[in-house]
Amino acid sequence: MPSHESAMTLEIRRRLLKSSGREYWRCLDELAQTPEFQKSLESEFPQGLLPPAHFQDGATRRHFLKIMAASFVFAGLSGCGAQSAKQIVPYRKQPEDVIPGKPLFYATAVTLNGVASGVLVESNMGRPTKVEGNPDHPSSLGATDAFSQAAILSLYDPQRAQTVLNQDRISTWSDFTAALAPVLSEQERKQGAGLRVLTGAVTSPAFASQMLALAKKFPKFKWCQFEPLGRENSRAGAALAFGEDVNCICDFTKADVVVSFDVDFLSGVGSVRYSRDFTQKRTVRTGTSQMNRLYVLESTPSLTGAAADHRLPASPNDIEMMVARLAVGAGIELYKKPEDSLSAAQEAWLRVLSEELNTHRGSSLILAGESQSPVVHAAVHALNAHFGNAGKTIRYTAPLEATVEGQMQSINELAYEMSSGQVEALIVIDANPAYSAFANLHFADAMEKVPFSARMGLYADETSARCHWHIPQTHEFEAWSDARGHDGSVTIMQPLIEPLYNGKSPHELLNWVERGELHGSYEILRGVWHDRFTGDFEKGWRRAVHDGVVADSALPEKKVVIAIKPLATRSVRSKPADYLVFKPDPTIWDGRFANNGWLQELPKPLTKLTWENAILISPALARKQGIVDGDIVGVQGNLRSWVEGVAMIAPGQEDNCIALTLGYGRSLPNCIADGLGSNAFVLRMGPPFEWYAPNVTVQKSGTHHPLATTQHHHSMEGRDPVRMGTLKDFIANPHFAADHADNESSMYPPHKYEGHAWGMTIDLNACTGCSACVLACQSENNIPIVGKDEILRGREMHWLRIDRYYKGALENPETVFEPLACVHCEQAPCEPVCPVGATTHSGEGLNQMVYNRCVGTRYCSNNCPYKVRRFNFFQYSDIETPALQLMHNPDVTVRDRGVMEKCTYCVQRINSAKIEAEKENRPVRDGEIRTACQSACPASAIVFGDINDPQSAAAQLRTQPHAFGLLSELGTRPRTTYLARLRNPHPELEQLDAKGAPA
Amino acid sequence: MAQIFHPSANSIAKASIVASALAIVFIIFSAVAVDRSPYVTGVTTPVPQPVPFSHEHHVGGLGIDCRFCHTSVETSSFAGIPALEICMTCHSQVWKNSPMLTPVRDGFADPNYQTGGSPLAWARVHQLPDYAYFNHSIHINKGVGCETCHGRVDQMPLTWKANTLHMEWCLECHRAPEKYLRPKGDIFKMGWKPPENQEELGKRLLKENRVEKSGITDCVTCHR
Repeated sequence: MPSHESAMTLEIRRRLLKSSGREYWRCLDELAQTPEFQKSLESEFPQGLLPPAHFQDGATRRHFLKIMAASFVFAGLSGCGAQSAKQIVPYRKQPEDVIPGKPLFYATAVTLNGVASGVLVESNMGRPTKVEGNPDHPSSLGATDAFSQAAILSLYDPQRAQTVLNQDRISTWSDFTAALAPVLSEQERKQGAGLRVLTGAVTSPAFASQMLALAKKFPKFKWCQFEPLGRENSRAGAALAFGEDVNCICDFTKADVVVSFDVDFLSGVGSVRYSRDFTQKRTVRTGTSQMNRLYVLESTPSLTGAAADHRLPASPNDIEMMVARLAVGAGIELYKKPEDSLSAAQEAWLRVLSEELNTHRGSSLILAGESQSPVVHAAVHALNAHFGNAGKTIRYTAPLEATVEGQMQSINELAYEMSSGQVEALIVIDANPAYSAFANLHFADAMEKVPFSARMGLYADETSARCHWHIPQTHEFEAWSDARGHDGSVTIMQPLIEPLYNGKSPHELLNWVERGELHGSYEILRGVWHDRFTGDFEKGWRRAVHDGVVADSALPEKKVVIAIKPLATRSVRSKPADYLVFKPDPTIWDGRFANNGWLQELPKPLTKLTWENAILISPALARKQGIVDGDIVGVQGNLRSWVEGVAMIAPGQEDNCIALTLGYGRSLPNCIADGLGSNAFVLRMGPPFEWYAPNVTVQKSGTHHPLATTQHHHSMEGRDPVRMGTLKDFIANPHFAADHADNESSMYPPHKYEGHAWGMTIDLNACTGCSACVLACQSENNIPIVGKDEILRGREMHWLRIDRYYKGALENPETVFEPLACVHCEQAPCEPVCPVGATTHSGEGLNQMVYNRCVGTRYCSNNCPYKVRRFNFFQYSDIETPALQLMHNPDVTVRDRGVMEKCTYCVQRINSAKIEAEKENRPVRDGEIRTACQSACPASAIVFGDINDPQSAAAQLRTQPHAFGLLSELGTRPRTTYLARLRNPHPELEQLDAKGAPA
Repeated sequence: MAQIFHPSANSIAKASIVASALAIVFIIFSAVAVDRSPYVTGVTTPVPQPVPFSHEHHVGGLGIDCRFCHTSVETSSFAGIPALEICMTCHSQVWKNSPMLTPVRDGFADPNYQTGGSPLAWARVHQLPDYAYFNHSIHINKGVGCETCHGRVDQMPLTWKANTLHMEWCLECHRAPEKYLRPKGDIFKMGWKPPENQEELGKRLLKENRVEKSGITDCVTCHR
């Protein structure tokens, strides 16, 4: 193949062979030093792949002058005219607790797959504006993930369903109940034999007790819980190992060795708590000599893989082979001894793993991912018991999901019953099976055979289109509910606002189905909880609602014993095949967040892709098939299923595995999510839940599609921006990262900081790349989204971005994340070049951005070595849509077109803390000011404070031996500093890695 | 060839150059003057209100404290506009049938306005631009009197702006707060006269109240 791409891959290989130990690269083009990449480096602002809008029609000089003259006149005119008189409407009666101008925080929860994470929602005079973690909630500990942050935008989303729909025509709730009533009385006669309720995973005790009541009225009705990214395999695995389903709670604070068989515990359900616990064991400060060690085997790069000390790309089948060998070695009678031999690297891994697990009995942790078969899960349970971890690093409780004995049914049973005409009335709550059910069930077609179907959901989506009725559902912040956290702790979820779009809550709908009356969710919840508090109900209820967690409601630990039936003995063989791996999407999960613009525009942590998904292929496969980034390829799955998508080469991808995230390819008419990306669900068969499809083929189509990644932008010219070492390096020389002398010389006089001097430290060893901080910043600072086209032009607006660097071999590189916002240089290059003094230095060292002075020359951004300034090329902020106006943080200016903006260190929070402190005539306490990114971070990687106070946490971290300032050799004296990233490799595997990855 | 222009054209040309230069200066000066005049700034211009509320009567005549109605002025950025409940504390007893107070009674009558009536909407008198963030509570707590910015409210039959709220006006005080600070007891007093040793008193108050003078002229103090 004498084409460009083969030349490029050759060049990559050549450079990698030559590369010395410390070399970082961010994308394949950079590594190959292609002419295109060089050109993008030389341009002042990387233009991305699309030309700037409105200059595509060959503008002439005359045309340009005409436009400029007109703009000049209008710019002048817009300065005239007094502000329109505004009104103040007073309260009729002042609500208790409300002080106008001061926010209130209410404890509630946000759920993912039904599992709650506790949050405190900021409310400004009745408008919810920001989500913070709830420090009292065990699944949050004060932090959040990106999904929780984005819940605010989903709440206000003007594209949410707003009315009851009957066959696509606008209708009303009373019309719906009038139609439902005869169906229900018919079902009552038949004892509910034809009634089916389909929901997502439900942990809500209130919902469960309502279902129980429903079962009394309709003894023969069935309830199906379908979660496309659910834990079916864990459930079956637990049943195999213990004879019953259990919920596993990991305690990473006690685990010195963690082995992950394709588990991404740093993202998704429970990850907020797990990130905190896991990174706590990786905190390295002066004198630290120990860290935990994480081994990850996975087919597709994940956040957990990026955090690993050792990562082995392995196909799903290889992973099972490894588990089988470990199990056989430990004498667990679940597998026959695999006959097929493993590769040298896999053998080395096995040796090291059994040695490590043996020496760390009771302080190690083995985890199996949802993608693994039930047998693997059972084997891992047995291994944890064998190595003494059960009850120590891993605890078992009853499952979180609510069930009603005798009423449960699986999705395939439901599909079968629907197509055979046994289902007479179907009520779908929240789940979206027409889109996400297994392709071979033809669920959407089966739904058409049901005589009465109703759907309650946030959006009028694929399932609503197949149902007779659509009922708008309330958002989690609009109604009362309850849910369990990862350890079973119950949160009573209180609403923040009346339903914006006429929604009804699932509790209200169920209540209607059961009793034929409409009661508010408040009444229903109080009814359910009435007998559940010890002592005075009102007191217990108020306490629980206030705290955001019901005291002592965590599920009790359950004693389980391994009871594997030897009958289950299974043989596993090496099956070399091309696999398609289905992954949850890092930003839109299974598609439920598809219409959330913040999550769509949030760069996916590893690919940095926005607004779409891509078919991830390994460098080896790309070489073999001559595929480059952006090629449209088709994937042929089982049963002649076929999907087309954009290919992207993913370093670290297992050679024979391709991966596609679920959740894209939605059909949501008139919504921003409509038609983005490719739909992996059409390839997914089941049950059993298929997480990878074997024997897929990839075909190049010959067409090309630009990928909206944020990866090429903001390049740093190979200046060694991120520093990394091993624990051994650190112990030998704690100052290993500080090899660039800070440049103190400057033409400008130094600033004096007599009062506070704000600074930030980010621990790269703790950062998992989860991107919660990016969305926290977006929500706090009214940052707009710009859309896919503008991303392609390199105009994303995030004040905080997370750079992702690779190091080492293409087949299995090490991955490092580096969050980067304005570093607030003490000698800031942006300040002297502003012709209008719109960016200046404050007495506390903040690099201030004054929007009302900015005229948009963009000189500051040009001169910024960190490329963290963002320019409003257009009116990106939506200041027209009424619902979105409610969402804005009232303490931060909403920026207009033509203005530069950037991180302010959350100056509104600094000011408000300073004002409160000054009112009390005391200094600001350390830790009193928490920036939005800091308070969201699940790993506590970000610390902010006064570096003039030597006792402050931020000042202490700056003096750590492995602290370094990004590009401080330029003399910018950044206020944000980093702690170097450290790995804790195993000596034997380190040698293997040094020899190079297996070719 | 005959001359086209009469010799006097020279003088006219010179005069018109001078005149146009003067005209430009005049235009600039008058534009600035108009911009700062009450016509644009609204200073001393009474703002019509749905209810002709008189601070003169309530503050000057009855001696009601500012905080009786502006309840959050000491704790929040926003001083607070009284809930109708506060008006009705007295006006359910006095002037209870006055036609002037119809909008107040209408606004208070029915919580959901289903049986008639409508919420009362006052016209704003002081309006800062959206990019300026002012906090009442810190000023009150550090010794800036209400009168310093709002003027003799006790002499206003209808409320008007006493000052331009221009940034240069804010900065006058932020650069030299000692000229304006009052002892804590006099903050809500109208007609307070600075003592002769104001400079000295101001400097003492700066220290007592821990006013960080260096920081309050930073842009981000008000703009963010």
